[in-house]
Amino acid sequence: MRIAVCIKQVPDTEARLRVAKDGRWVDEEDLPFVINESDNYALEEALKITEEHGGEVVAICLGPGRAQEALRKALALGVASAVHLADDAFTGGDAVATARALAAAVRHTEADLVITGSQSDDVGYGSTGSILAGHLGWPHAWLVMGVEIEDGAGSAVVVREMEAGMNERLRIALPAVIEVQAGINHPRYASLRGIMKAKRKPLESLGPADLELDPSTVGAAGSRLEILEVAFPSSGESAEILEGEATEVAKSLVEKLRNEARVL
Amino acid sequence: MSNEIWVLLQHRDGALHRGSREAIAAARAIAGRNGGEVVAVLIGKGIADLATTAATYDVARVCTVEHDALADYTPGGYVGVLSAAILAAAPAFVVAPHTYQSVEYVPRLAQAVDAALVPEVVAFEDRDGLAYRRPIMGGKLQAVVRTRGEGTVVLTVQSGAFSADDAGSGSAEVVALADAGEPAVDREIVGVEQAAEDTVDLSSADVIVAAGRGVGGEDKMGPITALAAALGADIGASRPVIDSGWLPRDRQIGSSGQTVAPKLYIAAGISGAIQHLVGMKGATCVVAINKDRNAPIFSVARYGVIGDLHEVLPALTTAIEEAKAAG
Ligand SMILES: Cc1cc2nc3c(=O)[nH]c(=O)nc-3n(C[C@H](O)[C@H](O)[C@H](O)COP(=O)(O)OP(=O)(O)OC[C@H]3O[C@@H](n4cnc5c(N)ncnc54)[C@H](O)[C@@H]3O)c2cc1C
Ligand SMILES: Nc1ncnc2c1ncn2[C@@H]1O[C@H](COP(=O)(O)O)[C@@H](O)[C@H]1O
Repeated sequence: MRIAVCIKQVPDTEARLRVAKDGRWVDEEDLPFVINESDNYALEEALKITEEHGGEVVAICLGPGRAQEALRKALALGVASAVHLADDAFTGGDAVATARALAAAVRHTEADLVITGSQSDDVGYGSTGSILAGHLGWPHAWLVMGVEIEDGAGSAVVVREMEAGMNERLRIALPAVIEVQAGINHPRYASLRGIMKAKRKPLESLGPADLELDPSTVGAAGSRLEILEVAFPSSGESAEILEGEATEVAKSLVEKLRNEARVL
Repeated sequence: MSNEIWVLLQHRDGALHRGSREAIAAARAIAGRNGGEVVAVLIGKGIADLATTAATYDVARVCTVEHDALADYTPGGYVGVLSAAILAAAPAFVVAPHTYQSVEYVPRLAQAVDAALVPEVVAFEDRDGLAYRRPIMGGKLQAVVRTRGEGTVVLTVQSGAFSADDAGSGSAEVVALADAGEPAVDREIVGVEQAAEDTVDLSSADVIVAAGRGVGGEDKMGPITALAAALGADIGASRPVIDSGWLPRDRQIGSSGQTVAPKLYIAAGISGAIQHLVGMKGATCVVAINKDRNAPIFSVARYGVIGDLHEVLPALTTAIEEAKAAG
């Protein structure tokens, strides 16, 4: 089985964010980037499946030069090869345009299963995997918390989260796009040996022409969604903010919880 | 291109999902700005009573598709039926609630009809025409986005962003949806099960101390446990704490965990993503402890402490013990 995993490189959720000068995105200078949280789980799930059923995993990432680091990390974890869509023409895409480029890359890898994350921690469309399935004409399932590949690999049974703590168990035909949710497994760490081996593994960088894509259909040019501005939401308006030395803050908080809010 | 604003109603077990009314409210807000007619779209099996209910909201029409293959929701079933109808009628907007069900099939529907997709809208804005506000960076920031080009715009609206009460009232006619396509069912539903054995029921807890990723590790939970003991509180958590295995799944609070409404909810090292907020915003008094003053959790908190939880929590535990001792 050949599994393509789509990974996105996003700002570390712990990083302090600043709005960029033009007000249209975050300032990326000095911003630490990591593999998107649910995509780590996607990588682990793909590696587990190939360990059990044979085959290999290829990682695909659309993103600028810095995103190569995410692919190197995937290679160190055990992925066999990597495809980097780094061309400027791919950047600034909405979910439809990004998924169009990813679909072409998936066809290029000849994968028979695609695993993605459920949602990116930056733009958070929660849509790219489902649209990718649409471009490929494959069935898909979003928010997956369990995957069992069935004998003959013509199908898989997946567990999908529903609201209010319920799960749905479904059978879908392969090839398919499975969008996994964080928490589905316990992602491994890269070993030193893995990191050394990763250096010799193939990492292909592809542009629109390599994938027979018209550049006007991908990236910002191929997108109907445009970000006009980003800003911090007006928060803290209802909260009474306490700050200062911990012991003092704690005392005054207890006093307020007792006498003002009357919840202690 | 028509000026219609379609609302895709979600339902289960014979009842409309609360988000359906919120989506109608959002569609009415678009109509208020841009003009246009709000049309409710309801598909499924055995939906006659639901259609009657939908017709009591302020919509021009309720359009239905009744089909055996729509007895259960499937992405292929829904996309098959709706895409043909949307292509034929070319509504200006299609609005759906941003639920686990919609987020699965609506993007694919948008792709199938070549529409622009705007996920998780929380408000409308005017920027030389209609623009949309939506969360990015896990809710830490918001973006204002606009669509370009011609054609249908498909959007999903975040839970709670529009009030269900603003669905209005009316007495619409119920008609069959014109040009509906055939359902192309693409999955077999094997069964429905509980995600976690709910051995811990937090729904009736009076006081909850909730741990977030900011706690920093399984070995760093001590201050949380100590504060909970001092308060006689139950311990809850955000999803990453559970996903990382620091606490069992039955402690998770949020859209995919438990919904709680304690008197006092102390959130430590939790940023306040919407999926967490929906599970705890019913709390009477929220105290948030976070080192980031921009954390969205402060928007639902009565008291906010800006600082390192590893200093604040032990101090708070001591202060509570002292206050108890003093009576
Ligand atoms: C479909 C779906 C369903 C989901 N369901 C749920 C759900 O049911 N429940 C849920 O909680 N989430 C859920 N999530 C995840 C949700 O989107 C957020 O990712 C999650 O709630 C973030 O958890 P957090 O606040 O603990 O972590 P983060 O967002 O990483 O925040 C950590 C916070 O800790 C602060 N911090 C760090 N160190 C310290 C310190 N020393 N002292 C004080 N503060 C500190 C940081 O400033 C930050 O604000 C879901 C996501 C999806 C896509
Ligand atoms: N630029 C990208 N490169 C690779 N995969 C991506 C990219 N953008 C999104 N994805 C995949 O699509 C999932 C959902 O992303 P999103 O629709 O942005 O929330 C992510 O978890 C990734 O698996």
